[in-house]
Amino acid sequence: MSTGSIQARAEGWLGNNDVRLLIALALAIGGLYALFSVVLGFQLNGTVNTLRRVAFLSAIYAMLALALNLQWGYAGLFNLGAAGFMAIGVYTMGILTAPVTASPPGFGLPLPVAILGAILVTGLIGGLAALPAIRLRADYLAIVTVAFSEIVRLTLRAPEFANTRIAGVAFGTGGATGLSLPSNPIRILFYTDPAATAPAPNALGAAIFSAVEPLGIEETLVIGWAYVVVLCLCLGLLYWLMVRIGKSPFGRVLKSIREDQQVTQALGKDTRLFKIKTFALGCALMGLIAILWRLSGGYASPRMFKPIQTFYIFIALFIGGTGSPTGSIVGGALFASLLFEGPSFIRRVVAESLQLSNAPDTLVAAIVELGSGDVIPLLAYSVQDVSISALRLMLLGIVLVYLMQRHPDGLLGHRKAIASSVDLSQRETREDDYE
Amino acid sequence: MAARDYYSRGQNIVYNRPVLVVFAVIGVFLVFDIFRQLGTGTITATDLVSYLWNGLVLGMSLGLAGVGLSMTYSILNFANFAHGDLITSGAFAGWATAFLIAGLGDFSVEALVLIGGPIAVGSNELGINVVNTPLALLAGLLVAAVLTAALSLLLDRIVFKPMRSADGVTLMIASVGVALFLRNFLTFSFLTDSRGLTGGNVPQFTLGGVTFGGHQITLVLVAALLMLATHVLLQYTKIGTAMRAMAANKDLAKVTGIPTERVVKLTWGIGGGLTGCAGFLIALQQGTLTVTMGWDLLLLVFAAVILGGVGSIYGAMVGGVILGIASRLALVWIPASFLLAAAFVLMIVMLLVRPSGLFSGRTTA
Repeated sequence: MSTGSIQARAEGWLGNNDVRLLIALALAIGGLYALFSVVLGFQLNGTVNTLRRVAFLSAIYAMLALALNLQWGYAGLFNLGAAGFMAIGVYTMGILTAPVTASPPGFGLPLPVAILGAILVTGLIGGLAALPAIRLRADYLAIVTVAFSEIVRLTLRAPEFANTRIAGVAFGTGGATGLSLPSNPIRILFYTDPAATAPAPNALGAAIFSAVEPLGIEETLVIGWAYVVVLCLCLGLLYWLMVRIGKSPFGRVLKSIREDQQVTQALGKDTRLFKIKTFALGCALMGLIAILWRLSGGYASPRMFKPIQTFYIFIALFIGGTGSPTGSIVGGALFASLLFEGPSFIRRVVAESLQLSNAPDTLVAAIVELGSGDVIPLLAYSVQDVSISALRLMLLGIVLVYLMQRHPDGLLGHRKAIASSVDLSQRETREDDYE
Repeated sequence: MAARDYYSRGQNIVYNRPVLVVFAVIGVFLVFDIFRQLGTGTITATDLVSYLWNGLVLGMSLGLAGVGLSMTYSILNFANFAHGDLITSGAFAGWATAFLIAGLGDFSVEALVLIGGPIAVGSNELGINVVNTPLALLAGLLVAAVLTAALSLLLDRIVFKPMRSADGVTLMIASVGVALFLRNFLTFSFLTDSRGLTGGNVPQFTLGGVTFGGHQITLVLVAALLMLATHVLLQYTKIGTAMRAMAANKDLAKVTGIPTERVVKLTWGIGGGLTGCAGFLIALQQGTLTVTMGWDLLLLVFAAVILGGVGSIYGAMVGGVILGIASRLALVWIPASFLLAAAFVLMIVMLLVRPSGLFSGRTTA
């Protein structure tokens, strides 16, 4: 069989079914990481943990890209303030759940109530922010939203609100040091008393922990993977919701706003209201996803909500292609696994496989040695903590420019959800009608 | 009759622009509140003058940094998010030169040029300031201008030229990529977080309790000179006329025979040069250099440009000064940790009330 037909068959098999495509992608990424880990002889616990981290971030960025796609891909609202709305969600949840006696004090509400409250608050603030903002041109909207997210971050960081009392109610954001969040709720599955410092496992926990212990896999890793499974379920739910919205009358109006706002208005649709609803819904989802993200770390700080966080989501969205839910997931997974986590993994691979001497002090010294034919000093210089993270962000910059130049619609951009209910480009052209 | 005219015109404004009226009332109230606080002694005249002076210094930095941004915004029609990192690049290039000239012979070239990193020379060992080493600073300013102009042209050639026909949003996103690349390229090369620049006894004057720093005065004077030069260039030269024509109407400029592509290159060059100077001077005034300095300033520069009206060079200058003074005066009412947030709020309000800015409709004039 020729390679051409294999490729064609693979494309036919994958191209027709989005679920198959996504599973194949997940297997490919996981396989890639696992292969390198096994070849280099990494410990099983470490390998499984790397895979967990990649899967966790892929799911989070896929969900964030889906939420952003609702605003930008469907309604054409350029929201560069995603990080700000994520911060509002996480901090509302944190303040609502923090015990009244803690420092900073909170409201001591149970987690599900707090999450619901956080979604409502984020959606409400998103809607209010949209009221004046949607009148603006796309580039002004971008500047206004990024300024909004910075205002949110600076307010959360301000010492004045770190531990405050408004109208007799004491609460606080924790200022620059950050805010403790409740422990991961998934622990309930495995422990009888998850809040304790050294909790005793329940029946399920004991069974699983003792099963994986001979393999050298730690308890925290089992919990981490269980959380990833829950996240994947959330991702599936969100994907289903987005596909439903896309096909609903509401979604068709959004896509027609993206294509031509004036025509939509002429058809009697209140485009303003549609945009405000979409903006609020997208923001509420971002708040929820950010809560899912931070719950696994148990802690939030204003540093996590810098504008770069928004750019990460946009890169994920643009890789996958705007306007297509499947594209958002592909983009989120590719971004998290290759661009976000890839460089630090490569760094480990390099450090394990090559015996690196001490890194030269400066780039000049490294390049001088390169001139004499020795690549090792430059590699050693490049895999230092500071330089590898700089290289990663340089790579992101190049990817963003490349995508904008060559594929402004992303990898799956050709599958942009169309505005009309029938695909007009597929319509048979009957030239004889005009003769 | 005249009184009635004014009355009906006033009535019109109140009915048609209620938001504008509300903000005007708030503004007037704040001005009165300053006088009230002066009267009751909550703030002193010295405080007020020092707020105004520091505001002017910040405003001139923002204004000078904003001219280049406003130029590219009006002629290429996109918000350049890489502008902040052009400011930083200019500062790094200029200060590497200044260190090299001030310390050549005493230290190795590598240690001087690599402003950061483990082997870099400390600022106190060189004692660079405007009195001790004026020539090194002048050379630094020139190199900052030339190299940033060259960098802008290079970026235009590689990134923006192939996308001339793309829309503003696509260009803006590409410029975010450029910003990420530039900033982290500097981090990768210099391995630095923050670095002291100036040393020795920096001269300063104290007048009635208010301190006027020597480097602050240098910044204000040089920035004013550069803005004046930009004004002359735009108003009285052929290049300036061509740039203004292109900002007003690109197609019309093209049919009139203006070589638009050459004007675009000139815009990048001139705007980049001014931006490099701004970066060098801001670093001089702050006395420190960080990789994120330009990025941290970017939103403020955007605010200045928007306040004055996008595309208007004078708008950028005036907007910068107004924003600088307003954000320092805000210390009368709000704590320092909210200064930046207050400036952003001012920008958002401006975009909502009067998106065309104070100098609306006057592109590059």
